[in-house]
Amino acid sequence: MHGYFGGYALVGLLGLVGVGFVAVGLGANRLLRPWRVTPEKLLTYESGVDPVGEDWSQSHVRYYVYAFLYVVFAVDAVFLFPWATVFALAGFGAISLGEMFVFLGFLAVGLVYAWKKGVLTWV
Amino acid sequence: MTLADDVFGLLGVVCLAAAVLVVTSRHVIHAALWLVVCFGALAGCYLVLTAELVAWVQVLIYIGAVVVLMLFGAMLTRAPVGAVQELDSGNRPVAAVAGVATAGVLGTLVVAAFRGAYVDIHHTQIGDGKVIGTSLFRFFVLPFEVASVLLLAALVGAIVLTKREV
Repeated sequence: MHGYFGGYALVGLLGLVGVGFVAVGLGANRLLRPWRVTPEKLLTYESGVDPVGEDWSQSHVRYYVYAFLYVVFAVDAVFLFPWATVFALAGFGAISLGEMFVFLGFLAVGLVYAWKKGVLTWV
Repeated sequence: MTLADDVFGLLGVVCLAAAVLVVTSRHVIHAALWLVVCFGALAGCYLVLTAELVAWVQVLIYIGAVVVLMLFGAMLTRAPVGAVQELDSGNRPVAAVAGVATAGVLGTLVVAAFRGAYVDIHHTQIGDGKVIGTSLFRFFVLPFEVASVLLLAALVGAIVLTKREV
């Protein structure tokens, strides 16, 4: 279990053990428990209250921009990881720092625009 | 055939099967969840090919962000969550032809470009953050900065489209 493949084999093994643990636990539970259902027992409930209406409600398009902001800043954060590993190495330093701030500067313009348009205030 | 080859093939089969289920599912939400399986298997393929950072970017961006965006998009529509017959478009043959043609062009391109290329994945440099960072900040600085402009354009575009009626 050494090296790159060994390390990820260990991760995969741990995943299998986790899945097996849950499967055995739930399976044993299923075999041991009584199983007598009624329509009332199968009803979805929230804090003891029966549900009303449909299971689908359309949300307003203005919430889409929050999901979109998340995507944009996730892409932004992904570039920070390789940058953080190299910027202390010889030959990078101040120049790489400047390059990253140019990158972040462009995105900051977008953030300022979103802020000025009132997107960041919760409605 | 090494163990790595077997795992890669297995992940490829899972990825392909999930991709087929994405386009044949009649539930919009199920299609998005099958897409998670497809992207996850693809991330596994990247891991086997020792492209470590790319694999985790795939998990973070595609499974994390893009699928959230798709589920959010489905929530905005009036489409019901159950099985929908209208999801079966009349354009199915045309779409199949376009899909097969695209797959053919990309497959031919990859085979033509990398036919003789052979990388021993057991004796190669792992594509971690340091390797990607070195090439990104030494040779590909301009594309990296252009990417920020692209993100800015996408952000401003989304705000313009969604803020119109508030």
